[in-house]
Amino acid sequence: MAVNIIKERWTSKVAEESYGPSELKVGGESTLPFMQFEGEIPYRPVTSLEVFDMEPQDWPDMLKEPFKDVLGDPIAWAKKVVELGADMVTLRLMSAHPDWKNASAAEVANTAKAVAEAIGDVPLIVLGCGVEEKDGEILPVVAEALEGKKVLIGCVTANNYKSITAASNGYGHNVIASSPLDINLCKQLNILINEMGLPLNRIAFDPLVGALGYGIEYAYSIMERARMGALTGDKTLATPIVAFVGQEAWKAKEAKEPNAPEWGPQADRAILWEATTAITFALAGGNIFIMRHPESVKRFNAYLDEAMKSNAY
Amino acid sequence: MFEIIGERINGLFVDIREAIANKDPKPIRDWAVKQAEAGSYWLDVNTGPVASKEEQAEIMAWLVKTAQEAVELPCCIDTTNWTAMEEGLKVHKGKALINSTTAEMAKMEALFPMAANYGAAIVALTMNEKGVPKSAEDRLALAMELVAYADGYGISPVDLYIDPLVLPVNVAQEHGPEVLEALRQVKLLSNPAPKTTCGLSNISQKAPNRPLINKTFLAMAMVCGLDSAVMDACDDDLVDTAATASIILNQSIYCDSYIKVFRQK
Repeated sequence: MAVNIIKERWTSKVAEESYGPSELKVGGESTLPFMQFEGEIPYRPVTSLEVFDMEPQDWPDMLKEPFKDVLGDPIAWAKKVVELGADMVTLRLMSAHPDWKNASAAEVANTAKAVAEAIGDVPLIVLGCGVEEKDGEILPVVAEALEGKKVLIGCVTANNYKSITAASNGYGHNVIASSPLDINLCKQLNILINEMGLPLNRIAFDPLVGALGYGIEYAYSIMERARMGALTGDKTLATPIVAFVGQEAWKAKEAKEPNAPEWGPQADRAILWEATTAITFALAGGNIFIMRHPESVKRFNAYLDEAMKSNAY
Repeated sequence: MFEIIGERINGLFVDIREAIANKDPKPIRDWAVKQAEAGSYWLDVNTGPVASKEEQAEIMAWLVKTAQEAVELPCCIDTTNWTAMEEGLKVHKGKALINSTTAEMAKMEALFPMAANYGAAIVALTMNEKGVPKSAEDRLALAMELVAYADGYGISPVDLYIDPLVLPVNVAQEHGPEVLEALRQVKLLSNPAPKTTCGLSNISQKAPNRPLINKTFLAMAMVCGLDSAVMDACDDDLVDTAATASIILNQSIYCDSYIKVFRQK
């Protein structure tokens, strides 16, 4: 008896978005991750490496090593990230953090502008310092300084989305919307942002993931649920998904701890911690992977090379 | 996703009847827009009782064209006149919904090929020349026949909208639980399952407080597997009930603005 290939007939797809002067394309999937036999995966998931606007205070030595010459210089660091082959550069404005340097909006906006100019056509993601109130102040100023660069600005939350959305909309940018591991809040935030006039295809959502061993399964199921929603016609959930892989993976003690003989050499497990977290989220439907170590990106890209090969029948 | 079939473009309503008589497209367009904004998935179009067959055919084509010029929704072409049905299908853009066939041989042999030919979906009533069955079992037997015949013409169960025939609760009360049971069972007939629909407002014909009866029945029927209904899309309470039921059934993902999202399809 012949085997019939079961193909789901999805009715809708993930929004197609484009970022940066080079119009880097993301999204547009009309099927589950890598299921090319029943739909289209028009664009490969994209990777980004993080650049801090000041020397990171809490990075393990192993993570600082590949950037040791550029850690204090965001422009040189961003150029290095481009050389390393990242699809996007992520600039994190940590110096604005009240506990770090408490830099002003004007200061961080200058840095952001200089970095954007230094990387040319490569699309930029600009992140605040993570303190909602401060980000609500600095990011509108950053948005203005980066007019025309079509950057992805983040992260907006239910508490600070208004000022950042208005500025992002006005200066032609996209936003990352964050909600804490909750599909319902995520959907609601997308709606609120959209109601301010920013089209749904200029929003990417961040489910605030946990890394391998630290709650990865919650984020995994949320991404899956969002993709199913997108494919069955829920436009408010059909926005591409951002995963802050590096930020979370390098918090794990399995990645940070150099002296733990029972876990084997740090050089292996730390890279695998980040790469495995990324691969897991790629399988759940993630689109934009913000990572930290170039070697993890290399491993992840090798995986994507295989996964992107068509399995159509 | 629950599909509202907006019932309002029907020659039984005075304003539509007059619009048809005067060839005035405005009321048709207005109702198309209003029902689309209220969350309709299909627009039912019915000429109402008009003199000759030829007139009906011409009017149906005009109604379909006029409605689709106003909004990008597909029509549910509602007529017992096969000539009018075909004229409507000829001018229709996208996938239409034929309303309806019964399990009578002559109708199935006329309408299933028409559905297949125009790539339309079709509403199929669980009745035949003997009338409306009393029990869920008898409704189901007819549903089975409909699914089998439709399959014979290459029509997938997902394009078949089984209507188990809702009767007024004040005069045919015993049909209520039978209809609900039939809805449940129809979903087990095939894989993929047939879709289901009903003429919702029949449940409350000539009863007091019709809106309450309609929305209560809608929620109960959705629990049993109702996928769509010919209904008043502009009854906000009724649409809110459909939105809420679909949330509670986990058919769409909850958010605080779910009532609004339900209308933006």
